[in-house]
Amino acid sequence: MFRIDFNKLRFLICDDNPHMRRILRTLLHSFGAREVYEAEDGATALEMYSHYVPDIVIADWAMPIFDGLELAQMIRQPESKGNPYAPIIMLTGHSEKRRVTVARDAGVTEFLAKPISAKGLYQRILNVVASPRPFIKTKTYFGPDRRRNTISAYMGPERRVGEKHEVLQQPSLLDKARSSI
Amino acid sequence: MAKNSARDIKVTAFATHQIITQPNPLRTVLRRVEEKDMDDPVGRAEQALAGLASEFKDWMVTEINRLSAAYVAIRHDGFTKDRRDELFRAAHDVKGDAATFGYPAAAGIAESLCRVIEHAPDLEKVPAELFTHHINAILAIVHENTKLDHISVSAELSRRLRKVADDYLAQVNRDRPEHLEVILAPSIAPAE
Repeated sequence: MFRIDFNKLRFLICDDNPHMRRILRTLLHSFGAREVYEAEDGATALEMYSHYVPDIVIADWAMPIFDGLELAQMIRQPESKGNPYAPIIMLTGHSEKRRVTVARDAGVTEFLAKPISAKGLYQRILNVVASPRPFIKTKTYFGPDRRRNTISAYMGPERRVGEKHEVLQQPSLLDKARSSI
Repeated sequence: MAKNSARDIKVTAFATHQIITQPNPLRTVLRRVEEKDMDDPVGRAEQALAGLASEFKDWMVTEINRLSAAYVAIRHDGFTKDRRDELFRAAHDVKGDAATFGYPAAAGIAESLCRVIEHAPDLEKVPAELFTHHINAILAIVHENTKLDHISVSAELSRRLRKVADDYLAQVNRDRPEHLEVILAPSIAPAE
């Protein structure tokens, strides 16, 4: 069995509702987390994301200034100086199929529909810690692999096509810095 | 801790996409333990949440007062984008929070109200009673009798209001198939 050392994880909560932030903070502290940062809108969250470099972001969808969806899109910028790979758990009252799809296509890692439960939140955190998915970059998408399962009997159209043609090793940041001097 | 160095990141390129893999940056927080040494973080968190329960009623009152105020502003001055957004956010917060705070029927009614705000083609033409019945029902559930849920009155109220709202939305969206599809689609988000 696996146990998560929550005291080594840094969380960023982004929710405009102070009651929900209090509940999330209570749950995370009870799990054992010590570092929990809070933002009440998307703009502040983005600033805190750059400053604190959290391991996991928990964001509401509906927020003023810019919402959780836009926050996810801003974090998932492959060329950004920050970390575009951090797991994003979207906690929201929206639970329609269309919303879930839109969140997934914005690069959200996990979706947790309200009402919140300790079990639901723990499960999502366990998923992102223990089973991270590779990232996919296409012309229109950058984020965790949206395919969670492989279905050998799948007969529909393929979104991704083409044979493997080369393997690129991404240069280190140090090399990038040296080459730009 | 959350970030690998760039040299750990491997990019495999295909014709239409790249697959980016890296060692799990959070692997160091996972520890294998014997079952006997496993504690119960979920149970601990549920207990902590129960410890907040005495504050839930006050929090719920704050939420519904905000909802009520948002609608009063609209009745006085009409719909604008900002007022519409505030009404939607207030209803949406009640929808998201009410079940956690012990008022599941209020959450259902708030969801119905959110659907009206989101899918009515012209909010000015929505009968005022559709808004007031939803908001008054939520206020009643929270203010009048917290035991309503136990006797199923509020659940029945929620069910009927949802039906009235859905019938209205189906009628006004009969020429807007994309909205009809969303209105009729079931929720697919996993609850747990």
